[in-house]
Amino acid sequence: MPESLARAGRALLRHALVALAALAMFAVILLLAHKDPIRAYLDTFRFALGSADGLIELVVRMTPLLLTAVAVALPARLGLINVGGEGQLYMGAWLASAGAFLLPDLPARYLLPIVIVLGFLGGALWAAIPGLLRAARLVNETIATLLLNYVAPLIVSYYIFGPWRAKGSSAYPQSPLYPDAAALPPLFGTRIHAGLFIALLALLFYWVLLEKTRWGLEMRAIGGNSEAAQRLGIPVARWIVVALALGGGLAGLAGMGEAMGIHGRLRQGLSPGFGFTGFLISWLAGGRPVGILVMAFLFALLTSAGDTLQITQGLPFAVVNILLAVILFIVLARRPAAGGAR
Amino acid sequence: MADPLIEIRGLTKRYGPVLANDGIDLDLYGGEVHALLGENGAGKSTLSKLLYGFTRPDAGWIHCDGRPVAPRTPAEARALGIGMVFQNFMLIPALSVLENIALFLPDLPAVVRPRDLERRIREVGARFGLQVDPAAPVRQLSVGDRQKVEILKLLLARARVLIFDEPTKVLAPHEVTGLFEVFRALRAEGYAILFITHKLPEVMACADRITVLRQGRVAGGFDSGQADPAALVAMMFGEPLAERPAPEAGARIPGKPILELRGAAAPAAGSETALRDLDLAVAEGEIVGVAGVSGSGQKELGDLILGLRPLGAGSKRFQGEDASRWSIARMRAAGTAFVPEDPLAMAAVPGLSVRENLALGTGRRYHKGPGMDWPALESAMAGSFAAMDFPVPRLDPPIAALSGGNLQRVVLARELAHAPRLIIALYPTRGLDVRSARAVRDLLGRARAAGSGVLLISEDLDELAELSDRLLVLYAGRIAGEFARGAWQAEQVGHLMTGSEAARHA
Repeated sequence: MPESLARAGRALLRHALVALAALAMFAVILLLAHKDPIRAYLDTFRFALGSADGLIELVVRMTPLLLTAVAVALPARLGLINVGGEGQLYMGAWLASAGAFLLPDLPARYLLPIVIVLGFLGGALWAAIPGLLRAARLVNETIATLLLNYVAPLIVSYYIFGPWRAKGSSAYPQSPLYPDAAALPPLFGTRIHAGLFIALLALLFYWVLLEKTRWGLEMRAIGGNSEAAQRLGIPVARWIVVALALGGGLAGLAGMGEAMGIHGRLRQGLSPGFGFTGFLISWLAGGRPVGILVMAFLFALLTSAGDTLQITQGLPFAVVNILLAVILFIVLARRPAAGGAR
Repeated sequence: MADPLIEIRGLTKRYGPVLANDGIDLDLYGGEVHALLGENGAGKSTLSKLLYGFTRPDAGWIHCDGRPVAPRTPAEARALGIGMVFQNFMLIPALSVLENIALFLPDLPAVVRPRDLERRIREVGARFGLQVDPAAPVRQLSVGDRQKVEILKLLLARARVLIFDEPTKVLAPHEVTGLFEVFRALRAEGYAILFITHKLPEVMACADRITVLRQGRVAGGFDSGQADPAALVAMMFGEPLAERPAPEAGARIPGKPILELRGAAAPAAGSETALRDLDLAVAEGEIVGVAGVSGSGQKELGDLILGLRPLGAGSKRFQGEDASRWSIARMRAAGTAFVPEDPLAMAAVPGLSVRENLALGTGRRYHKGPGMDWPALESAMAGSFAAMDFPVPRLDPPIAALSGGNLQRVVLARELAHAPRLIIALYPTRGLDVRSARAVRDLLGRARAAGSGVLLISEDLDELAELSDRLLVLYAGRIAGEFARGAWQAEQVGHLMTGSEAARHA
């Protein structure tokens, strides 16, 4: 146990160093934009970490990021690259919305579980498509999941421009509000909602499934050596579909959480790229549960920095993307030296 | 004799608590084939790694041409004229022979003049019996030809000391003969050859001097004339091996058939060999040997029986049931054990622990709710190790940390743990030292006595002769000949293996 603690400590330190290096490089960019980096960082941290509102916002952002990160990490243990978290998130939100609109009169104790299950199913079925294509050795799952990211928001758009468009409210295309029974209950009277529990449970589920069950053993065997796994009689094709579907389902839960817990209705801009950020988180964390928790926190902090910079420094929100890119480069640069950190 | 090219004194290397090399002294002269002999784990690989700059010694020194050297990387070793031919070739399959060699040369000019290089390749190739078409893509070459390219690479890079790490492991018998001719040509031109192996006949066939390692130390040395196999074995193991009881002869009464292939065929993709029109049966208490030069369809045959490769035509029956479309899981659950040629690639997951690897492929036997019944698994596997007289390895480290021989033992212990009805064994003793190889052969013999059917695919004719009740010869994906025990002659089988004689059923 002390050994694993020491390992976790080292991982934490490594992540912190990456973050520091990224902040230093980003400071240069801020200087080039004639902004005071120290001031900008202080503002950001003071708001994000020093105020209740800021902290709440961090947790709110972490919730979908945890789910989309696990959505990538789980298939990755089989050697599958799921870049489709964004699309799976939208499909989860879409199917959950369908449930809410079709069964508006059910009481919350029935509707809420139904909506949650539908959120999972939406993402799972969406991810099962690339899973089946890959299992049949037809299409690489990376390509298929990536391309489906562009399809899912279009399906959502169709519904909110068409059948589900809120009548009369505004020119802004969005669905009407969900029935109250479909809303994820808020926690502590804040914007934090019950989706946080779902996200933390998903992380726990991921760890238990992979490390403690025989199914996880088979999945890890596929990731470690799929040829041997196949010869040992492990149903490789079946696990490929299942793992991608499970991952997609978790991303779908993220979409359900955003729709039912934050927006209260289906919208186009439901996700500012949570699916992609989740990919980065999972990848930087090497798929380790604690790493995912730490990285999700860090990325929530970074994206909230975007908000602060927008307000206090008059910089566009997109500068945060530069910061994310800088982090990615740093990690890519040191990875070969680490020699396969996973 | 002239001064040695390489002089090693007191070389010591420690890995944790293990002294992998303990005060090794060795001289390597130009114009000699020096065999380094020892069982698995005796320290042969460590010594070659020290010489080739993969690791650095904890004590001792190496002189090259009388000057002290300490290669820190393989590149530095190559600069000193030390080259190594690995078991796994370092070639890029998509590139041609010429391109592969060009990539390796230290003095490659910015603008490569392929014609010059091609001339040099042909020249050196002709001189040492290493003829390969420089324009051929490496992926089209046989294993033997790839090895020639590896040697050419080193020669053109001006290596004078060539280390061969078990070079015959991957070769068919006639290719081994060819390699030894190359050794002789190199020796005649003053090259020094360090030949790492644990096959005694090969040492007897080609070595000028022999150094035997045991448990990291030099156990002794011989000049070629003085050595005899019994003395070498005694020196390798530190004790004379017990005389083996003569294999049981006499006609056996074959039991009920376990496996039957009728007219079985499988198409090929890429570099695979298509199987055609295979009739084959394995009965209870019978070992059916399959001889053939590498690439004759052995791997494909194993995969066809296991169920990895679908039948293109014909039928497969297992214990009387039609198994033509069974999944691998079903074949295994029905009692098929599979001992593959390359356990690390085909039967183990390197990143998982030994314990987890033991659990893979055991079907439902140790399922317990959503988890595994690890204590039951461990005790069953401990029993299996004990039955084979293998020591139980530590279960927590990743299986990739085991040596090749120990890895093979883990796979064997797992596969044979549940009294399999059918054992498919592909080259089960390849890469094992003399003693481990004998243990595996005894094991197959005992499995036969216990009523299992064994399909033994091998290229070691002595092994096949010792064990097989019937012998099939596989050539180009077909069965070229079939013999009853004792009814074949090595020469006849050799001709069938190489396709130089038409099929003739005895």
